[in-house]
Amino acid sequence: MVAVLSDSDLRQRAWDAAATVVDPEIPVLTIADLGVLRDVQVHDGRIEVAITPTYSGCPAMNMIILEIELALERAGFARPTVRTILSPAWTTDWMSEDGRNKLRKYGIAPPQASSSRRALFGDQQVACPQCGSDNTEVLSEFGSTSCKALWRCKSCREPFDYFKCH
Amino acid sequence: MATASITVSETPLVLYTLRRADDALILGHRLSEWCGHAPMLEEDMALANIALDLLGQARELYSYAARVENKGHDEDKFAYLRDVRQYRNLLLLEQPNGDFARTMVRQVFYSVFADLYWRAMMKSDDPTLAAIAAKSEKESAYHVRHSSEWIVRLGDGTEESHRRAQTAIDDLWAFTGEMFAVDDGERGLIDAGIAIDAATLHDQWLKTVSDVVREATLTLPKNDWMQQGGRSGSHSEYLGHLLSELQSLQRTFPGAAW
Repeated sequence: MVAVLSDSDLRQRAWDAAATVVDPEIPVLTIADLGVLRDVQVHDGRIEVAITPTYSGCPAMNMIILEIELALERAGFARPTVRTILSPAWTTDWMSEDGRNKLRKYGIAPPQASSSRRALFGDQQVACPQCGSDNTEVLSEFGSTSCKALWRCKSCREPFDYFKCH
Repeated sequence: MATASITVSETPLVLYTLRRADDALILGHRLSEWCGHAPMLEEDMALANIALDLLGQARELYSYAARVENKGHDEDKFAYLRDVRQYRNLLLLEQPNGDFARTMVRQVFYSVFADLYWRAMMKSDDPTLAAIAAKSEKESAYHVRHSSEWIVRLGDGTEESHRRAQTAIDDLWAFTGEMFAVDDGERGLIDAGIAIDAATLHDQWLKTVSDVVREATLTLPKNDWMQQGGRSGSHSEYLGHLLSELQSLQRTFPGAAW
C-alpha cells in the first residue's frame, strides 16, 4: 500500500529538508536560524521554496539555492524550485534565539537589537564572544562577509566578527 | 567591439529604473577598482563590501527594468551591451577614484543622498521598487556612516589629508546638483505615486553633508553652478573608459558564462 501524504505533510517534510541547509559562510547557522528561509509551498506535488537575501549582493545566495534544491531532491522531491523574494526586507530580528547562541559559541558576536543604524557617529557596545567583556572596539564596519563587522576585545585582545544588526 | 549594443525602449518607468541601476553599477564598479589597492586591509574589505551592496542593488533594478520593458533583455544585457550614450548614471559616480579622499568625498555625497532617496522610495506605489528600496536603505545607512567617519578623519587629520579632502570637495561639488534634478518623464511617475520628487530631499541632504563637513573642519563651496548630463547620456570622458573595461569580455565573447 502506498501512503499518500497530504499537502501539509509534504510541506512540513519539504520545510524540514530545506531547513537543514546551512549558510556556506557561517556553517553553524541554518537558513532557518537566519530567517532566510521564508516559505515552502506545494503546487501539484511540486515544491516551491521562498528565500530572502540578507544583503542585496550576498554572493552566498546562489550557493544556498543550489543546496536547497539538492536537499529537497535527496528528500525525494523532484525538480523543486527556489524563488527569491525581497519584501519584507530581511532583518536580524528574524534570527532565532538558538541561532544567536550558536553564533556566540562559534566566536561571532550576535546582532544587538539596541544599536541604531542611523546614529552617525554613535557608539555601540558589543560584548566579546570569547570572554564576555564589554570593553571592545570596532576595527572596521565591514568584515569578512557582507553581514559582519570586525571588532577587537580590549580585555582579551582577541579580534572577533560581529554579526551586524540589520 | 565585436558585439552590437542593444536598443532599449525607454518608457518613463524603464528609464527611471535604469537611471538608478546605472548609478549603483557605475559606483560599484569604481569602488571595486580599489580592490587590492586600498590604504589598508580593513578598508579594502569595506570598499569591496560597499561595491557588493551596490552591485546587488543594480542587479535587482536591471532585472526589474527588463521585466517592465518586456523586450527579452536581462540584467546582463543592460550592463554589458549598452554603449556610453545609453548609460543614465549621475556624472558624480563615474568620476575617477583619484586619491582616497576623493573616493570618500564622492561616497559621502552619494550615500547621504541614496539613504534619503531609498527611505522615501519605500513608500512608492510600485511594489517592486518599494521592496528594492527597503533592502537598499538598510545598506546605504552603513555606507553613510562609513564614509562620514572617513571624511572626519581626513579633514580633521593631518595638513595633507585636510588639503586632499578639501580639494576633493571643491572639485566634486558641481556634480551634486544632478542628484536632485527631475525631468518631465519623472514628473509623471511622481504624480502617479511611483517615484518621489528628488528635489524635496535637497535640504536634508545639505544639512547632513554640512554637519559632516563642519565636524571634519572642512568647508562646502559657495558656488551653486551645477553640471548635468548623465541622466540623458551626456557623460564625461571617463565613463567610456570604464565601460570598455567593464564590458570587454561580453563584447569579445558574446554570452560568455561561467
